[in-house]
Amino acid sequence: MNKKQIFLSGLRDGIPIGLGYFAVSFSLGIIAKKAGLNAIDGFFASALTSASAGEYGVFSQMVMHATYLEVALITLIANARYMLMSCALSQKFDKATSMLHRFFIGFYITDEIFGVTIARPGYIVPQYTYGAILAAIPLWGLGTSFGIIAGSILPTRAVSALSVALYGMFIAIIIPPAKKERSVLIAVSISFALSYICSIIPGINELSSGTRTIILTVLIAGVIAIIFPHEDDNKEATSCIESNEEVAS
Amino acid sequence: MNKYIYLGIMVGVSCLIRVLPLTLIRKQIKNKFIKSFLYYVPYVTLAVMTFPAIIEATSSPVAGAFALILGIIASWAGLGLFPVSVICCLVVFILELFI
Repeated sequence: MNKKQIFLSGLRDGIPIGLGYFAVSFSLGIIAKKAGLNAIDGFFASALTSASAGEYGVFSQMVMHATYLEVALITLIANARYMLMSCALSQKFDKATSMLHRFFIGFYITDEIFGVTIARPGYIVPQYTYGAILAAIPLWGLGTSFGIIAGSILPTRAVSALSVALYGMFIAIIIPPAKKERSVLIAVSISFALSYICSIIPGINELSSGTRTIILTVLIAGVIAIIFPHEDDNKEATSCIESNEEVAS
Repeated sequence: MNKYIYLGIMVGVSCLIRVLPLTLIRKQIKNKFIKSFLYYVPYVTLAVMTFPAIIEATSSPVAGAFALILGIIASWAGLGLFPVSVICCLVVFILELFI
């Protein structure tokens, strides 16, 4: 595959992400409006932050006239998982990849864009991620704007159906490696179970879902990493790139 | 309190969190535990965020649960991101017509 084809395949994978984003950020727009944002503010705030839980936290703090420090802390906590993802991505970059590529890809790490980027075998090809970003992020911004303007015009049934698009994508990202590797299957099963348990235990279920995600991620990934150390797959990764190129050409 | 200062803080902090590790860590990490940990992080995070959130996102939890199960089956059978997403949406849309 040449760079243009890779870009196009990123664009295609970005469309379902964007559709899911639109639904989610539409509801975000309703809160943004309460925080005093107009449609243009909403578009840029969302397109430059691209974080559902983070934005939700900040908008609700704005409604309550929180201090600037509180807003900074909320952003930090709600987005801390992106720091882990950024570390993970740093290991999938070719050393020669420029600072500029690293900056732009880092800037747009979201759960979904990270997911599709890391799901590709071998080193990261920035063009793929740019395709996904270009398809998804404008819809994220537009969804917020529409939410601010239109409020609750969209029928509940449509919002309800659209809101699982995101989760459908998450499933499609985690299941294939779980099918291939027993350790991932175990990690995913434990994650489902503990996440559910934490959502019903009194006290723990009052923590924000962002905080719960961080705690569970560090805990589960840590324990699984001790029990099932992952084989070094650098050689494998390189050979995957080669075989992929061959298949494509 | 100026809304643009709030938004600026949000954009700035989100950017630093994401960009710093990616630009500062330029070497391959050698430590086996850290490598394994980072390998599992994405799958665990996404799994934690999917369930039970998927059954809370829909009007009817049952529809969300079916979307999860059928999504897993479809993905296990080898379908990609877009088809799996569409299947999940359709399952919810159709089931909620009856529930």
